[in-house]
Amino acid sequence: LKVINCCVWDPSGEIFELKAELNSDKKEKKKEAVKKVIASMTVGKDVSALFPDVVNCMQTDNLELKKLVYLYLMNYAKSQPDMAIMAVNTFVKDCEDPNPLIRALAVRTMGCIRVDKITEYLCEPLRKCLKDEDPYVRKTAAVCVAKLHDINAQLVEDQGFLDTLKDLISDSNPMVVANAVAALSEIAESHPNSNLLDLNPQTINKLLTALNECTEWGQIFILDCLANYMPRDDRESQSICERVTPRLSHANSAVVLSAVKVLMKFMEMLPKDLDYYGTLLKKLAPPLVTLLSAEPELQYVALRNINLIVQKRPEILKHEMKVFFVKYNDPIYVKLEKLDIMIRLASQANIAQVLAELKEYATEVDVDFVRKAVRAIGRCAIKVEQSAERCVSTLLDLIQTKVNYVVQEAIVVIKDIFRKYPNKYESVIATLCENLDSLDEPEARAAMIWIVGEYAERIDNADELLESFLEGFHDESTQVQLQLLTAIVKLFLKKPTETQELVQQVLSLATQDSDNPDLRDRGYIYWRLLSTDPVAAKEVVLAEKPLISEETDLIEPTLLEELICHIGTLASVYHKPPSAFVEGSRGVQHKRLPARMGAGLGAAPAAMPASLGGAPAVGGGLGDLFDLGGGVGMPTGSYVAPKTAWLLAMKAKGLEISGTFARRGGIIQMDLSLTNKAMSVMTDFAIQFNRNSFGLAPAGPMQVLTPLSPNQTIDVSLPLSMSGPVMKMEPLNNLQVAVKNNIDVFYFSCQYPLSLLFVEDGKMDRQVFLATWKDIPNDNEAQFQIKDIHLNSDVASNKLQGSNIFTIAKRTVEGQDMLYQSVKLTNGIWVLAEMRIQTGNPNYTKTNGFRDCMQKQMYDSTSVVRFSSK
Amino acid sequence: MSASAVFVLDLKGKVLICRNYKGDVDMSEIDHFFTLLMQQEEEGLVCPVMSHGNVHFLWIKHSNLYLVATTNKNSNASLVYAFLYKLVEVFTEYFKELEEESIQDNFVVVYELLDELMDFGFPQTTDSKILQEYITQKGNKLEVAKTKVPTTVTNAVSWRSEGIKYKKNEVFIDVIESINVVCADGACVCVCLQVNANGSVMSSDIVGSIKLKTMLSGMPELRLGLNDRMLFALTGRDKGKSVAMEDVKFHQCVRLSRFESDRTISFIPPDGESELMSYRINTHVKPLIWIESVIEKFSHSRVEIMVKAKGQFKKQSVANNVEIHVPVPSDADSPKFKASTGHAKYVPEKNLVVWSIKSFPGGKEFLMRAHFGLPSVENHELEGRPPITVKFEIPYFTVSGIQVRYMKIIEKSGYQALPWVRYITQSGDYQLRTNS
Repeated sequence: LKVINCCVWDPSGEIFELKAELNSDKKEKKKEAVKKVIASMTVGKDVSALFPDVVNCMQTDNLELKKLVYLYLMNYAKSQPDMAIMAVNTFVKDCEDPNPLIRALAVRTMGCIRVDKITEYLCEPLRKCLKDEDPYVRKTAAVCVAKLHDINAQLVEDQGFLDTLKDLISDSNPMVVANAVAALSEIAESHPNSNLLDLNPQTINKLLTALNECTEWGQIFILDCLANYMPRDDRESQSICERVTPRLSHANSAVVLSAVKVLMKFMEMLPKDLDYYGTLLKKLAPPLVTLLSAEPELQYVALRNINLIVQKRPEILKHEMKVFFVKYNDPIYVKLEKLDIMIRLASQANIAQVLAELKEYATEVDVDFVRKAVRAIGRCAIKVEQSAERCVSTLLDLIQTKVNYVVQEAIVVIKDIFRKYPNKYESVIATLCENLDSLDEPEARAAMIWIVGEYAERIDNADELLESFLEGFHDESTQVQLQLLTAIVKLFLKKPTETQELVQQVLSLATQDSDNPDLRDRGYIYWRLLSTDPVAAKEVVLAEKPLISEETDLIEPTLLEELICHIGTLASVYHKPPSAFVEGSRGVQHKRLPARMGAGLGAAPAAMPASLGGAPAVGGGLGDLFDLGGGVGMPTGSYVAPKTAWLLAMKAKGLEISGTFARRGGIIQMDLSLTNKAMSVMTDFAIQFNRNSFGLAPAGPMQVLTPLSPNQTIDVSLPLSMSGPVMKMEPLNNLQVAVKNNIDVFYFSCQYPLSLLFVEDGKMDRQVFLATWKDIPNDNEAQFQIKDIHLNSDVASNKLQGSNIFTIAKRTVEGQDMLYQSVKLTNGIWVLAEMRIQTGNPNYTKTNGFRDCMQKQMYDSTSVVRFSSK
Repeated sequence: MSASAVFVLDLKGKVLICRNYKGDVDMSEIDHFFTLLMQQEEEGLVCPVMSHGNVHFLWIKHSNLYLVATTNKNSNASLVYAFLYKLVEVFTEYFKELEEESIQDNFVVVYELLDELMDFGFPQTTDSKILQEYITQKGNKLEVAKTKVPTTVTNAVSWRSEGIKYKKNEVFIDVIESINVVCADGACVCVCLQVNANGSVMSSDIVGSIKLKTMLSGMPELRLGLNDRMLFALTGRDKGKSVAMEDVKFHQCVRLSRFESDRTISFIPPDGESELMSYRINTHVKPLIWIESVIEKFSHSRVEIMVKAKGQFKKQSVANNVEIHVPVPSDADSPKFKASTGHAKYVPEKNLVVWSIKSFPGGKEFLMRAHFGLPSVENHELEGRPPITVKFEIPYFTVSGIQVRYMKIIEKSGYQALPWVRYITQSGDYQLRTNS
């Protein structure tokens, strides 16, 4: 059994001595020896040569010794996989020890030994431990499944551990539930398509119950898991919010932030006019403010998240400006974040206070903080028009301090103020020019040069000023060179007579003496413009510039939505999507907020981007008609799929369209949400359909009455008629749409659920049904199975009737309910169906072929569809 | 989800002890941590999250240690920091003081704790009182009783063990309010004269905390009644003074849903000392000790400081252990003081004058003058303008007026238990900005 590693360099004889002690007969001595080994390991010495000797000590009834040996194993098993096998027997034995502490210890440690050969032996003990009578063992085993999955995912699947793990969500012990949720979430995160966490109202209910009873950490696992759920409608959304809000009073900041995440996400679905929506908004502010009394690192995470929340829902914290005032002893990272939030919250109502504070900060000593404070004053000026004048005078005061970096920052922001409010504050230019010499940072120099060029006609010695910069042209940074080139060209266009020489000089410097292609190109363009058509040059170079707005520093809306779904995590701290910094997460679905709409939307994946080519699953299969997962309040009437994105902003110059179809009172409607993600206003919307299988066409023009401003979303319901031109499409329910606005025409295609076409008078006479049934040829018949419907035949029948699928007759044969149903399509085609429901067994199976097969036939003639279930 | 590994480092960045939880981040990545930290410190832009490649370091500092968690996933950052602080709390309970030496002396227990506190990056049982029942410092000598998992670990009541016995059943309730005030001065600025006379309160709030020392047998059910305005509004009683709490945070033991629905604070308390709840009140408080200061700086020769302190609280109350910290320039020398009460002391390493007053009755006013010499050669380094800070304690009194109306204690054995209540108000962040 002994493997002696002869090559160990052991000058002090320490390893040799330890070896002797490890093999001692005396328990105490053994234990002390193992401790020494661990101590050596801790300080970084390689004691792997003692592997067999340490493993020999494993079979002990001393818990402390056992823990030490296990610890040693975890550290060295990877480097000695063959010898690690020796430990397996003891592990397996320990998993059956009468003491639950030892059982758990064994299963916990085994999962940490990442040696492939060992994992096979782990399966049986793990299976037992997952069903252990002691919750301490079960909760440890639950985590072990995630560990094992990380080493060998296939094995875990083959062994059925995932199902056992799912069962543990219903465990009676809250801590076991929490760990099972954590393990499942972890596995789901690394296998995004595994559909492991198919959350439904039943499991959500279990999680919410466990939430009240488990440890603070368990609460975080559960809340983070809940945040991935898409409630089916606003009522469900509200009821979850109501059960999550008490968590806002937990002493643990991480619990609070995870609860905030769930609430911020689900409140997206609540109608804004709902009383509860207002109540919830009010409830969010106090806990967010309290987070600022936490430890500085937690404050930092909180502030980064508040920054997002303030951008998403400014109304929550709009009255809380004061709590973001900087304290003298705040760490710098907290100070900088507070400053950022102060600017976001700045408004006409509080601007005086904010400015007074910022001025105070601008005279502190920490350079980075001071710079940011000065910039903040400029941002206030741009954000709150009424304050611009006070901001400018504050900045001038600061320039008087002559503190080098303060002056430079002030000039940079004054340039922005000029761009926002042209022809208003130019009187200060003289003061600025006095400080020309102290500018040594490129950004400040460039800003000053821009100002001189832009207002050349008002500055008497503009030519002298610019000329002074020209002397050291080659030593300047590119930014300054480009600015200088443009400024001198502007000057020339404004005062052509005196500055001819200057412009010649700069053009030749830029084109002939520079290696920088950008500079050369710009130089040549100016040169040609000036030499061929001075009037055109004037129009180009002195063109009116678009005004800058405060939005420039806002996070782009789709990213903001994604980050809101990641509140509390690193993504929210970095303000970057996880795909930007986590390896292997590219291609993972970006999280999105649920869409806000009326009642009756269904459970569906968060985002289902509709691609133009290829047809992914069509919404509205029979499973959807059943409104699977129903339980909390079943909506009556026909099933409406949630809106899916049809046209993405990046493909349509900022216009984003999502939509769905609905049949309301016999009228087919296309429900659209138009979102403007561009920076300019959109108007003149129109819509058209291509020819399609059932002749769907807009019944009237699309009513978008008001222009769509940036970041605004408008919901439109477009009634459709069936009188359009007909052409068979592939797939049958494909619809090609063109949408026009003042910018361009955009095309996309979408698919409507066939149930949309089921008409209200589709109930066939009993006798006719019987006769027709017999007449339909066998070729027209198709069979499908539908899974996971927990409905009895009456409920099913009622639900289907909501979608105009009518039950003509029902009979019971050998414990199975048989439903006979009829459906009539808008084009007059009948579909007859026989549905078999086995009452005792809720686990049905469902085939996906239903739609496709049915499509083929129903287009040609009457057909029979037979449902069966096992 | 959270940490891949946790490290404890000394001030030089050497790893003292570590635990690899997930094995998805190379343990040697920690070598980059200290380099990054030094780099940031040099630039003056320290951040609690740092990254190197796709490895992220989340860290805190405690005494002479860094506690660092690594991850390469989009971890829940708030959970990681909360966990690191919990580590500090647990280690402190175990070793009294958490520092380099205590880690080295107790590495076996530290390993055991790290194993129990977190599994595969998921925090587990972190209640030190419960942990102490099965992870003891002396090592388990295989007494059967000790090697069992305390049922508490997985119980819904995971913070209190069964079978606790006291001869005399008592609960001590401490209501402690800290006042945070930032005052600014709207005063005139002469060339070298700073007056802090008609200063205004920029922001103020009260952070209260209710701490328990529970010495009760069995599994008692407790109900705490406060003069909470929301509760009074709910129950329709409006007798007496009530207090509107802006936000309340509770210990794990309090039933949050119950509080949410009817504002009842009901719980089974942890044994011994614990913080039951904290609250925040957002009101304009009159600064209890009002400071006026005149700092006259005569460049190249001297600084003269005059500080007036006034107790703006009830005459019957007394503020104890008052300390007023007044900043002075770092190059000041030869201090001279004159105080109408207490004594003033120069603390050169902090560039402060500390004026201590053992007992400061309400309504009284005291004066202190200090005189410093300045070198004739001017100090070119820019100096910050630290605020004047004040520390104090006022017993038997809360600023907010919060009161414990009752504490009901019910245990199935039916014993009689006595609640004792103490009130104290103290300074929190109490800053008065000085002008330059």
